[in-house]
Amino acid sequence: MLPRLQYPLKYIFLRLEAWGDALFGSHYNPFYYLGALAWFNFWIVAGTGIYLYVFLDTSVTHAYSSVEYITHEQWYLAGITRSLHRYSSDAMVVLALVHLLREWAMDRYHGPRWFAWFTGIPTLWLLFFCGVSGYWLVWDMLAQYLAIDAMEWLDWVGIFSEPIANNFLTEGSLSDRFFSLLIYIHIFVPLALLFLMWIHLLRIARAETNPPRYLAIGTFAALFALSLVQPAVSHGPADLTKVPSELHLDWFFLGLFPLFDIWGPAALWALTVGGSMLLAVMPFVRRAPKKPAAVVDLANCNGCTRCFADCPFGAVTMVPRTDGLPFEKEAVVNPDLCTGCGICMGACPTTTPFRTKGELSCGIQLPDLDLPTLRNVLDDAVRPLSGKTKVVVFGCEHGAHLPGLRSSEVGVVVLPCTGHLAPSFVDYAFSRAGIDGVVITGCRDGECFHRLGVRWTEERIAGKRDPALRGRVPRDRIRIAWAGPLDLPKLTHTVKTFTEELSRPDSEARAETDRTASVAMTGGAE
Amino acid sequence: MNPLRLVGQAVIAAAVMTGIGYFSQAPAYQYFPPDHALIKLSLSHASQRLEPCRERTAEELAKLPPNMRRKMDCSRERVPTLVQLDVDGKRVFEGWRKPSGLSKDGASQFYERIPVTAGTHRIAVRMRDSARSDGFDFEYEATATLAPLQSLVLGFRGETGQFNLR
Ligand code: HEM
Ligand code: SF4
Ligand code: SF4
Repeated sequence: MLPRLQYPLKYIFLRLEAWGDALFGSHYNPFYYLGALAWFNFWIVAGTGIYLYVFLDTSVTHAYSSVEYITHEQWYLAGITRSLHRYSSDAMVVLALVHLLREWAMDRYHGPRWFAWFTGIPTLWLLFFCGVSGYWLVWDMLAQYLAIDAMEWLDWVGIFSEPIANNFLTEGSLSDRFFSLLIYIHIFVPLALLFLMWIHLLRIARAETNPPRYLAIGTFAALFALSLVQPAVSHGPADLTKVPSELHLDWFFLGLFPLFDIWGPAALWALTVGGSMLLAVMPFVRRAPKKPAAVVDLANCNGCTRCFADCPFGAVTMVPRTDGLPFEKEAVVNPDLCTGCGICMGACPTTTPFRTKGELSCGIQLPDLDLPTLRNVLDDAVRPLSGKTKVVVFGCEHGAHLPGLRSSEVGVVVLPCTGHLAPSFVDYAFSRAGIDGVVITGCRDGECFHRLGVRWTEERIAGKRDPALRGRVPRDRIRIAWAGPLDLPKLTHTVKTFTEELSRPDSEARAETDRTASVAMTGGAE
Repeated sequence: MNPLRLVGQAVIAAAVMTGIGYFSQAPAYQYFPPDHALIKLSLSHASQRLEPCRERTAEELAKLPPNMRRKMDCSRERVPTLVQLDVDGKRVFEGWRKPSGLSKDGASQFYERIPVTAGTHRIAVRMRDSARSDGFDFEYEATATLAPLQSLVLGFRGETGQFNLR
């Protein structure tokens, strides 16, 4: 059933993200920063939490009144801080869940990515635990309900010699010591969460943990506004001689508690443990052919570290030279981490199709799409073109479906990732293959399947990142038009108008220079 | 940024915040009916040993290392405990609990929640903690008036051998 839901969900995300692009622009589209926004909210929670802790009394008898002081007496500062603390925590849950769904829908959870997926699961549980333990501290009727339910749930396992729920039988049975323990949980679990959030990103190079400032400010402002409109308040004080009745649950964190009340401990354990196990095995049961890992050809590697800098998955390391060549370092690929995107090959200065065939190799390449093969693919795409104007489209497997663009004027080269494209191939297309124009496309900007392909390509073509496109290449004959799976009509239109422009007398095509440049900068398909 | 876009972004932010604000405290959850009260049966009771202690013979004692030559041989295992609870003459709980601990020498734990309507109730509780096959070792009856949402703990003190209501 799950695989059948994956594709429709992907479609929904792509639609929503297209609206996000239209409204926020691709550089501020919140969908592209779910993980980073979760990090940002973590910092808000941490900062506000430290301030609140100053006012919190850690005894059973005074915790409640200290939170009342925070909420009502010092509402203008501590009260707002409390609300921010609550709502940014809630936002974290929303962001983490949407992020989980999105990584799954976009099929970014298996292969070498299993690590991020797998470590995301305990991260999520710790996040929930942080929230629950936070609601204990207030020591109101809600806290009492949560504490007793949680203890009853733990007691079902039967590891404690006496039920820990017995700590909450009567006013006298809850000691300050046990209550302080609850408070310490709320300090240590968030620290553990931070640690796991860090582990989560260990295998992601240049992970985006800071959203763009514009989004960060907007998020903070929105949370602040919510805190003013609806300040966070407590239930009545805890009273162990009474049973909680009507509760205003924070459903983001506490939604499982009513299930516990209805189903009982065994079913809830089955759901939580079973659900986590299911998530945990997902990357390993997904049958996707593993792409062959990139391979280093030492004879061509000069140890320049560009592949190391550009690999989005930290699969390349630089080690001391082993073959006696007069360079300090050499590149090594860890095949377990390699997704086979080819971005390293696009980064390598030795990836150039201009050499004569006999010696056509480069420092690092994909075994199934190495330098000679890639040159053949390009030559084969260009050879049948018979139209007046010849255009070649370089794109990737994950964006718009490209083969339909082929015509007598348009040739298509599909790469595993557009970042696989070394700028020298664009140069080659013009100077050797007799092409009039090049269109570079791939996943939507911000939505690159291999994370950094779009970014590196833009920088290389704009001459801001090595290997940069050579100055002699006519920039007005290059169009960058990112296009996701839903954007084929737009891309088709772009390719068509671009081909028409190129077929007009030279002067007119050149008049488009500025526009092309700006398209290249914003990266939108027209 | 284009003002129309700004307005659109503000609308989205407001919608998301409304959702967060709403679900952070609503819809309300009725955990416990306001006209009910709760009896919590909470017992932690060490029942009697499974077998009575036996005096060792002189030969048996001689075989033991000197530091372990105790005269009485007591198996540490305890019997399971049975508890019955009636409210207004109706059986609301009956259950056996095994002694805790790996060698089954710990206390038997009972922790039961029994919701009742608020008001006056006749509570009768019985416990068998010995190897007998019928009858009870401890019995207790009381009348209790429970306020709405009151939580009443029905416990047992091992030292005095008495049930109590708290
Ligand atoms: C508080 C919770 C979480 C935070 C703060 C968080 C944060 C992040 C961040 C910042 C990234 C890097 C994105 C990038 O720069 O490309 C990431 C990637 C990822 N996350 Fe999470 N995450 C969380 C929970 C989860 C959960 C629950 C799952 C799924 C079970 C998950 C699955 C993934 C996967 C598979 C990637 C890798 C994406 C890729 O390789 O392209 N994350 N996460
Ligand atoms: S193919 Fe991609 S993942 Fe593998 S080493 Fe090269 S850049 Fe890294
Ligand atoms: S980019 Fe090429 S030359 Fe540079 S270290 Fe990597 S493989 Fe070697």
